[in-house]
Amino acid sequence: MFLSGENLRGGYGGADILKGCTIGVDKGEIAVIVGPNGAGKSTAMKAMLGMLDLNEGKVSMNGKDITTMTPQDRVAEGIAFVPQTSNVFVSMTVEENLEMGAFLREDDFTGTRDMIFDLFPILKEKRRQPAGELSGGQRQQVAVGRALMTQPAVLMLDEPTAGVSPIVMDELFDRILEVRETGVAILMVEQNARQALNIADRGYVLVTGENRFTDTGEALLADPEVRRSFLGG
Amino acid sequence: MPESTEILNALVLFANYIIVPGLAYGSQLALGALGVTLIYGILRFSNFAHGDMMAFGTMVTILVTWGLQSVGIGLGPLPTALLALPLGILATIALCLLTDKWVYKYYRSQKSAPVTFVMASLGVMFMVNGIVRFIIGTDDQRFFDGERFIIKAREFKQMTGLNEGLAIKTSQGITVVIAIILVILLFWFLQKTRSGKAMRAYSDNEDLSLLSGINPDKVVRTTWIIAAALTCVAGVLYGLDKSFKPFTYFQLLLPIFAAAIVGGIGQPIGAIVGGYVIAFSEMMVTYPYKKFVGYLAPEQWQPDGLLQLLSTEYKFAVSFIILVLVLLVRPTGIFKGKVL
Repeated sequence: MFLSGENLRGGYGGADILKGCTIGVDKGEIAVIVGPNGAGKSTAMKAMLGMLDLNEGKVSMNGKDITTMTPQDRVAEGIAFVPQTSNVFVSMTVEENLEMGAFLREDDFTGTRDMIFDLFPILKEKRRQPAGELSGGQRQQVAVGRALMTQPAVLMLDEPTAGVSPIVMDELFDRILEVRETGVAILMVEQNARQALNIADRGYVLVTGENRFTDTGEALLADPEVRRSFLGG
Repeated sequence: MPESTEILNALVLFANYIIVPGLAYGSQLALGALGVTLIYGILRFSNFAHGDMMAFGTMVTILVTWGLQSVGIGLGPLPTALLALPLGILATIALCLLTDKWVYKYYRSQKSAPVTFVMASLGVMFMVNGIVRFIIGTDDQRFFDGERFIIKAREFKQMTGLNEGLAIKTSQGITVVIAIILVILLFWFLQKTRSGKAMRAYSDNEDLSLLSGINPDKVVRTTWIIAAALTCVAGVLYGLDKSFKPFTYFQLLLPIFAAAIVGGIGQPIGAIVGGYVIAFSEMMVTYPYKKFVGYLAPEQWQPDGLLQLLSTEYKFAVSFIILVLVLLVRPTGIFKGKVL
C-alpha cells in the first residue's frame, strides 16, 4: 500500500489509545476510518501524520519508513492534513490561504490554484474575502483547497463534514471523489459513517483502538453486523 | 458669538499645543506599539523589555551621532542622528536576536507558559536597563542638531497676523514622515511578501502554519528584526523630539502597551490607532484650556482656573486608566485583537 500504518500502538502519554491497529491507503483510493466515539479514529490518523509518539508499530510511505519523521517532514514528503477544527487562517483571504498551502513550493503554483478554483468555484468567487467570514461548508472547502496546494500524494481529512449541513456534506463528498480521480490517496476519519462508507474504497471500523472490521466500503455497508452495531440498523 | 479671528486663534492654539505634538508623540508610540504587537502576535508574550530595547537602540544612535559630530559629519538642516540611525537599528537587531538566542529560545523549546516568557523579558529588561545606564549614564542627553523648526511661532504670527503662533519642530515633522514611511513599508511587507504572509499565517494559526511548511524559526527571526528596527526608530524619534533619559524610556513602556492593547494587541493597525488614542488622550487631559476658552467664551465667562483636568506629572495615569477601562469593557481592543 502507498501509505500504511501497521500495528500502531500508542497514545498521548497516558494509557495507549491505539492498541495495535493497522490502516492504509493506496493512490487513487479513498480509505475511511469509522467507529464509535473514543475508538481512536482521529488518533490513528494523527499517528500516521506523526503527531503522537508510537510505542510500537511502523508507518511507511511509498516503501519508505517514516515512523520517526516529524509532521513537518511528512508534509514535505507529500502528506497533506486537514485538521477537524481551526483548519483555515481566519484572518487571511481565501487566496492567501491557498498561497500558504503552497508555501513549500518553489515553482509556479497558479495552475494548482486554478485547478482548486475549478474544483470549488465558490472559492474563486470569494477569493478576496477573509476565510473567517465564510460559512462552515465554504471553510471546509478552503481547508481542503489549502491542503491540495502542495500537490500531495496523500490527503488526510479529519472529519471534514463535522458541523456542516447534509447538503453541503454530499457536495463535499462529491468533491472528494473528484480529488480521488486525480490519483491522490485519501484517508478520512468520519462521523457520518454510512455516507462516508458509500464513497470509500476501503473502510476501517475501529473499536477501542483496534481493527474490528476491514473491508471495502460496499462490503461493510452490506455486512449485517456492521450495520447493526455501527450504522444504526 | 466670538469673532472669526478669535475662533482661528483658538484653533491655532489647539493645533500648536495638542494636534502637532500629539501627532508626533502618537507616531512615536505607534512605532513602539507596533513592535510590541508584532512580538505578541508571533511570539505570544508581552515583551516588557521593549522600553529598554528602545533605550538601547537610542543610546547606540546617540553615541554614533556624537562620533559623527566630532568628525564634523552632519546632515545640514536635518539632525545628524538620522545618519547614525541605521547603526542604531543594527545594534538593536543584534541585541534582540542575541536575547532571543540566549533567553527566549530555551523557553520556546520548553513550550513554556506565556507568563514565563513575560518574567524572562522582565529579566532582560533589567539587564538591558543596567547596560544602558552603565554605558551612557542616567542623565538627560540631548542629541538634536540642525534646523530646530520647520515653522516658527513668530513667523507664523507674521504670516497670518493672528495672536497665536503655530510652531512645527523639525523633529515633529521628521517623526511623522518617518512613521508614515515605516507603516507603509510594514503593511506592504505583511500584505504582499511571502515572509510577511508567513508571519501573519503563523500569528493566525500556528499549527496550521507548521502543517503548511512555514519555518517557525525564520518567522521568529523576521519578527525580532522588524520589531527591533521599529523600536529603535521610535526611541530615536522620541529622543530627538524631547530628550533621551533611560528612565523615561522605561516609563514609555506603559503608554506603548496601552496603545497596543487599546488598538487590539496582535493587530498592527490597532497599534497605530492606539498610539494616537493614547497620545491625544494624554495631551488633552493634561492641557490647560484657560486660554483656549478665553478666545471662545464671552468676557464675563472667563475662567479663573487653568481648566486643566490633570497636571502633566500625572500623564501616565491617563494611559493607565485607559488601559484598565479597555481591559474591563472591551479586552480585545478596538480592532478585535487577542485577549491578553
